Amino acid sequence: MAILKGKKVIVIGDRDGVPGPAISACVETAGGEVVFSSTECFV
Amino acid sequence: MDLENQKRVKEFAEQYGPENVVVLVGAAEGEAAGLAAETVENGDPTFAGPLTGVQLGLLCYHVCEPEIKAEFDANVYEENVGMMEMVLDVDDICEEMSDIRSNYCKYL
Amino acid sequence: MNSVIKSASYVLAHVPQMVIHNGTTQTTERVVNPDGDYLKELPKHLRSFKDCVEYWPNQVYIGNKTPEELEAVEFPYYDKNIDGASRYGKYGEIMPEDEFLLLAQTCDVFEVYYLTRDFVAATRPKLEADPIITDDIKGRIQEGIELSEIEKLVKEEAAEGLYLDGKLVGCVKRAHDIDVNLSAEVMHENIMNKATGVLSLLYLVRNAGINAADVDYVIDCSEEACGDMNQRGGGNFAKADAEIAGLVNATGSDARGFCAGPTHAMIEAAALVKSGAFRNVAVVGGGCTAKLGMNGKNHVEKDMPALEDCLGAFAILVSENDGVSPEINLDILGRHTVGTGSAPQNVIGSLVADPLERAGLTVNDVDKYSPEMQNPDITKPAGAGDVPQANYKMIAALSVKKGWIEKKDMPEWIKKHGLTGFAPTQGHVPSGVPFIGFARDGILEGKYKRVMIIGKGSLFLGRMTNLFDGVSYIIQTNTSAEESQNSVSRDEVKKLIAASLKEFANSLLGTEEA
Repeated sequence: MAILKGKKVIVIGDRDGVPGPAISACVETAGGEVVFSSTECFV
Repeated sequence: MDLENQKRVKEFAEQYGPENVVVLVGAAEGEAAGLAAETVENGDPTFAGPLTGVQLGLLCYHVCEPEIKAEFDANVYEENVGMMEMVLDVDDICEEMSDIRSNYCKYL
Repeated sequence: MNSVIKSASYVLAHVPQMVIHNGTTQTTERVVNPDGDYLKELPKHLRSFKDCVEYWPNQVYIGNKTPEELEAVEFPYYDKNIDGASRYGKYGEIMPEDEFLLLAQTCDVFEVYYLTRDFVAATRPKLEADPIITDDIKGRIQEGIELSEIEKLVKEEAAEGLYLDGKLVGCVKRAHDIDVNLSAEVMHENIMNKATGVLSLLYLVRNAGINAADVDYVIDCSEEACGDMNQRGGGNFAKADAEIAGLVNATGSDARGFCAGPTHAMIEAAALVKSGAFRNVAVVGGGCTAKLGMNGKNHVEKDMPALEDCLGAFAILVSENDGVSPEINLDILGRHTVGTGSAPQNVIGSLVADPLERAGLTVNDVDKYSPEMQNPDITKPAGAGDVPQANYKMIAALSVKKGWIEKKDMPEWIKKHGLTGFAPTQGHVPSGVPFIGFARDGILEGKYKRVMIIGKGSLFLGRMTNLFDGVSYIIQTNTSAEESQNSVSRDEVKKLIAASLKEFANSLLGTEEA
């Protein structure tokens, strides 16, 4: 069963890992709806 | 996890129902990814944010985990995340994430 | 002609008490979890000044050790101090908290900063013994007031306390009753930024061997904002720092760009000098009290010292080409543009691969890369990984995609072109700039030909855009000798023109005669 299709998706990206917008771009291709996208910074 | 982000996660879980929400993280390390997952599943382990003591049990994955990656358009993933697979310790991240999920996730 | 890197300075102020009272991780904790274990445990994890001075990464930062020497030290670093290391270094110094509190007093020009009489009396001889402290600054020291007055200001006027070894020794008053931009907390943050900026400018002038009066422009690239409610962030730290440091002929301005700020500022400085607008431009970045103890929770949890106990600052002097010093090559600039996007490969592509390709080079033509030089001793226990290493892996991974290196050679390439991180997590401070001093020395020694400095910034933290940011530039061996060999001198041009005019005149005469 699909994990993301039809789901509300919250994206918590990382400045030194994968940033929020890059994850959001992927989610949209899987049929998930990004309701919030943010990028964290530990430095 | 940033306190503002915790607040938003809590609000969205209430608004849409926790069973309809999935959290995707992009952390650079297994430990940080696990910490984020724990926060949205079992509550903020640092006792600082709005999710302290709140066990939402949300479904949470790292963007590089194979079961999530399989759902993406391969080209879009390659363009946006592909290179980071060479940089991140994906095995360590996957191990941390699945550990947290099996312990705390309510919507597996 | 290209402008040059004339000198660099790097300073630290060891401020354990400010970790407790002013770092935002701690001030936030006092709001959300005041009775929690963290605030109780933290003081036990603060380092002595001696431990801070003898800490390997700090000795690298002030230039007594090199990043190459640090690479040979077994990780982690905090339990392997250098016995007897000096607070004074080739590029600057590590100042203890008492002296720094007094230096900060000399940076206050609005009577908001107070120390007790006893504290000033005890500390004045120590600060005055520091050879970098000028007579001007010594003359600015105020005698201080009674402790009871300070206690009253803290209790009744919301003044921000200044502490030494857990005891109240002074305070910073608010500069306005209503304006939050001039609150005691903000004034404290800005004065500490200014004091570290001033200290780094003093060392910059010393290291460059010039007169303070020779600097004609200052660009401040810190992350703080000074201004009031009608122009928050109006500035200008640059000129405020220059005033105390005695740069009497300098004007200046502030440039901001989160952690990418210093790299933007260096490019601007190089352009100002190359254009002829200014001859000696100082780029200065002061320290950030907010980030003290930023990852303290993780450090305490892992039972290690709270390593984020220093304010860091730097200054770089960009000058007209002297025919010797390493140059900033403005023809090879990396730019993360609005259209670049935030995918890591695009970011690194725009900052590293694109500028090199435009110049007909590959990643192998640059000897060393200085991206974000955060000390991994601080970031790894916090789950943020080894930031410089992650950057090198990204550059190497992109180079594999470009066909510049083989995948199997990635670790070797990283070892050859990479560096071990040694900078305090002070936001803009680690961003490329910590290596400029070593790059200058290494290029002068012939060890490197080209060094790339990369700055990246998290603009999204300001909630104005989701965009990422970054710029990069290359420091290279001085090429002015080659340029003058290849180019034709003014006199030669005059001779050539005269000869061709004569020839033309003769040809006209010849035509008429015929």
